[in-house]
Parts: sequence; structure tokens; C-alpha cells
Amino acid sequence: MRVGRFLHDLMFAAAALGVLLVIPVIFPAPWLRDFIIYVIAYGLLAMSLNLLIGYTGLVSFGHAAFFGSGAYAFGILMQSGAVSIRVAFVLSVVFSAFMALVIGAICVRLKEIYFAFLTLAFQMLFHSIILTWVPLTGGDQGLMGGIPRPAFWGIDLRSGETFYVFCVVIFLVCLLLLRQITESPFGYTLRMIRDNPQRAMFLGVNVYRAKLTAFVLAGSIASVGGILMALFASGAYPEFAHWTRSGEAIFMIMLGGMQVFLGPLLGAVVLQGLNHFATVYTQHHGLVLGIIILVTVLGFRRGLADFAYEYFAGRRRARTPAAAPAAAADEPFVREESRA
Amino acid sequence: MDLTALAGCLATPACAITQVSSGLIIGIFLFLVASGLSLIFGVLGVINFAHGAFYMLGAYFAYSGYLATGSFLVAILCGALGMAVFGAIFERLFISRIYGRDILMQLLLCYAFVLILDDLVKIIWGAGYRNMGMPPTFARPPVFVAGGPIPVYYLFVIGVAVTVGGALWYVIARTRFGKTVRAAAINPQMVAALGINTPLLFATVFAIGSLLAGLAGALAAPVRTLTPGMGLSILIESFIVTVIGGMGSIFGAFVAALLIGLTRTLGSIGFPLFVDGVMFTMMALVLVLKPSGLFGREV
Repeated sequence: MRVGRFLHDLMFAAAALGVLLVIPVIFPAPWLRDFIIYVIAYGLLAMSLNLLIGYTGLVSFGHAAFFGSGAYAFGILMQSGAVSIRVAFVLSVVFSAFMALVIGAICVRLKEIYFAFLTLAFQMLFHSIILTWVPLTGGDQGLMGGIPRPAFWGIDLRSGETFYVFCVVIFLVCLLLLRQITESPFGYTLRMIRDNPQRAMFLGVNVYRAKLTAFVLAGSIASVGGILMALFASGAYPEFAHWTRSGEAIFMIMLGGMQVFLGPLLGAVVLQGLNHFATVYTQHHGLVLGIIILVTVLGFRRGLADFAYEYFAGRRRARTPAAAPAAAADEPFVREESRA
Repeated sequence: MDLTALAGCLATPACAITQVSSGLIIGIFLFLVASGLSLIFGVLGVINFAHGAFYMLGAYFAYSGYLATGSFLVAILCGALGMAVFGAIFERLFISRIYGRDILMQLLLCYAFVLILDDLVKIIWGAGYRNMGMPPTFARPPVFVAGGPIPVYYLFVIGVAVTVGGALWYVIARTRFGKTVRAAAINPQMVAALGINTPLLFATVFAIGSLLAGLAGALAAPVRTLTPGMGLSILIESFIVTVIGGMGSIFGAFVAALLIGLTRTLGSIGFPLFVDGVMFTMMALVLVLKPSGLFGREV
């Protein structure tokens, strides 16, 4: 059953790979490729954050700290020239995971709103350190001087086309990983913690450790997004780790939907699309974006993907009234968990 | 880091007085914004992410009022009362639709208004910097205390803020209205069942919170540069203030605001790059050691 699900996801990823590789062939415009890389980097940020917000119920306001730590660690390692790009990649993720472990160990004890504020505080502390530690990070100018792009296992990253392929592959690998996490027994433990932490505790789940694990995993995947962004922009900037980035990631999740796995990605496409195109056609892109968010909140009352999912689920239910009880989507999983 | 410069400044009365008084002024503006934020959160359970934008609007309303009439009193009334009306309408039309909903939805709604209001300000008043200038009443030589100059306007602002803060505390803690508000914060259904018009009560509370932000903006207009987006930095600092002081505590907001104001001015001499770092460290410490804040009650 589980193997079948994995194969299903693998086929879906292969199909996505095909589509993403064909797009630049059909539409060779460089801006489209750049746009997709943007969506990939921020999509990873939003998707990994949704592991915390949507699946675990931890509203982190400091997730971009790990995006920034990945970008900075990678940039600094590459500029030092001491290690190969593969080692730099791995070390940056490990560094971010360690940072997430330390911050998470302090934060996940706290309740909802205090957790949000504390993650925000740590993120801004990290941001301040970047600004202050000028010799290492370049301060508010960012990590200047470019980041070298040597070959990654024989893949030439200097050419725009192969760099694009590289980003797409890394992105899909991360998504598959996230999917495996959310569909694993551990993923359902996280859902249970979100819905009823006390019950999880009574069933012998170490809630603290599960939350901390989710926090570290999410931070690591966010750092991959940061690394791709650093490679793409050929530098790292303090704004990567500013709280507004975390805010944007939350808006991507809210716009796209948090119950459907790919919802945050849809949000990333919509938000980045609005940012790119609204600035082209109007000076007042804040006005446009604000009104769209307003319609989402007051009109759909949930993310776009969630809305679509519930709409179609509702129609299916209307056609086959006998199947109605199956609609309580998350219930069976909790029961499944309690047997384990 | 230049801690000797900081020590040197604190040792000279003139420098110390100047820095402390400008720190107090920053603290006062923060207190007014944060107490409104805290009040709205304490009673309605809504984190008004648009509160910084309200501060900005208050400043622009005051600016327009001042340009139109030339009277500073009218300017302050425009900023404060204008925002009170705006807040009441905002609560009725939008915030009231999302009570009890996911906290992220509230955040998103408020953020939408941050974007919209920033752009509306750009459309109406232009994207450039605006300066209101000091009203003639206060354009007089500063008062010297121990050799350090304190602008007369600062004394006026401190006086207004202390009066308003005291009045707010009195109304919430001592009057019948305040009692109703506190009851509604704990159990709105019960208060409604007792025949009190809770929608009106909520709109009033939201209006008072907005009035405080508008007042802060209006008072800040003569001494600050007006730009669209000026609300964002004060918003994040008022979050720090409410967290340190304790959500829902007016007195806590006062103490924490002055603390942050002083950190800002004294820090800009001693550790100019790490001022934010110190503020966020204080916030993190309070959250770890006493999540409910220095003067807050457990939520």
C-alpha cells in the first residue's frame, strides 16, 4: 500500500519533471525560466513552512531565517574556495539543520502565539547578526563579489539551461522527500499533534521531540531553497532572512491552501506571479495584491487549492450520498495511529 | 561596538539629557501605538497587524488637517478622531467577519490592508517624503535641564501621552464601561446575554485602539518624516513592546515602550548596528523566561 503510494508520487514527480523541462523548450524566453527558479526557491520555503503550519499546527514567523542561513552558509563556503560545491551544499544544509535544532529546542515548548513571536525574535536576531558581522557577511550590502558556480557532479551550472534543470531536479527531490514525510506514520503523528496534542501525549507520543523533528526537517528544506536562491542571485542578502520573507511564505500558504499538499506551491506561483506582473502593468501592485488577498480571505475563506478541493469533494459527495461519511478526511488516520 | 562612547555620553549631563529625552519621545509614540494594539488584542483577541498603517494614516490625516486649517489642535483632532471613525468602520466591515476564525486569516486580512493603505497613501499624498514642520506654538527655545536641551514640544508630547495613558487606565480599571469591556474580553456571550450590545462595544474598543494609533501618528507628524510604509517599523517595535510588557497590560506597555525607546537612542551611540539585535534579544529572553510578559496575565 505504502510502496504503491510512493510509486504514484514518483510517477507524478516524473511527469512534473517532464513538464518543467519542456516549458523552456516551448517558451524559450529567459524571464520565464528565471520566474520558475524564483517560484522554486520560494516554493521550497513555503512548502517546508507548511510542514510546520499546516501539518503540525506550529505557526512559525521566523522560517526565512533558515532560508537565509542556507544562502549565507553556502555563499561564504563557496567564496572561501575551501570546499567543493557538493560539500558546501551539504554543509550548508547541516548548518541550517543545527541552527533549527537550537532555535527549535527553545521555541517549540511555547504555546501558539508565543511560539510565533519567539521564532520572529530569533529570526530578527539572526538578521541583526548578519547586519553586524560585516567582515563575514558584508553587512547590509549583502554577500558581494559573486558566488562561483563550478560543475556539480559534472553538471555545468554556469549555463542558464543546465542551471534551470539542476534547480528543477533538486526541487522535485525535496518535494518527494516532503511528501514522504507527510505521508509517513510520523506525518500522521504530526497531524494528530496539530488536532489534539493531549491525545497524542496520552498515546505515548513524545510531542516535544516530534515537533522539534518537524522543525529541523522544515528548516533544512528551507535552507535548500536559500542555497538555490544564492546560486541564482549570485549572492546572499540580509533581506533573505528578514521577517517579511517569513510573512510572504505564510501568505503563500494561506493563498494557496494548507490542507492540500501542493497548495503552498500554488500560493508561491500566484504571489510571485502577482509580484512580477503587477509591477509591470501598474505602479500600485500593493493595491492589487491587497484586494486579491481580501477576496481570498472574505470570499473563499480559505486557500485556493483548499477551496477547489472542498468544492469538488462536495460535488462528489452530492452525486453519491451513500459515501458521505468518508468525507471526514482526517478521521481514519487518527484511528490508524491509535492502533499503532 | 563603541561602549566607551556610550559611557562618555552618559557621564556628560548635556548628552545624557538629550539622549534620554529623545529616547523617551520614541518610547511615548511606541506606548501609544502598542497600548492600542494591546487593548484590541486583550478584548477582541485580534492581532491588528494593520496597526502600524493606522499610525501612518493618523500622521497623514494630521498633516492634511494642518495644511487645511493651520491649526495644530485641528491637526491632532483630525489624526485621532479620524482614525477612531476609520477604526470603527474597519471593525464593522471587515474585522467583525473574522472573529473566532484562524489567527492566520486575521493576519492575512490585516496584511491586505497594510498593502492597500500604503498604496492609497501613495496615490493621495504622493510617494515622496512629507514634512509637516513644527507648529509656531512650539517653535521656541528648548528648556535646559542640567545643561541638556529638551524641546518644548517633547514636554507637550510627554504630557499628552501620560494624560491619555492615565485616562485609559482609569476608564478600563475604574468605570462601568471598563468593567463591561473586561467582562466582554472574558465571556462575550454572557455579556451579550445580559443585554449589552456587544457589536457596538467591540466597535468602540477597536475605535479607541485606532484612536491611540492615530494620536501617536498625529503627535509624531511634526517631528517625523512622513512616508508611505512608515508604519511597518513602528508595528514590529510595538509587537516587541506588547510582548515584553505583557499582552493586554497598559502599564506593561508603558514600561516596555520606554525601555525600547531608551535602548534605541542609547544603543545608537554604543552599538549602532546591533540595536535591533538587542531589542529582539530582550524579547526572546522575556518569552523564554516569562511568556506572558513582565506585567501580563497568563493567557
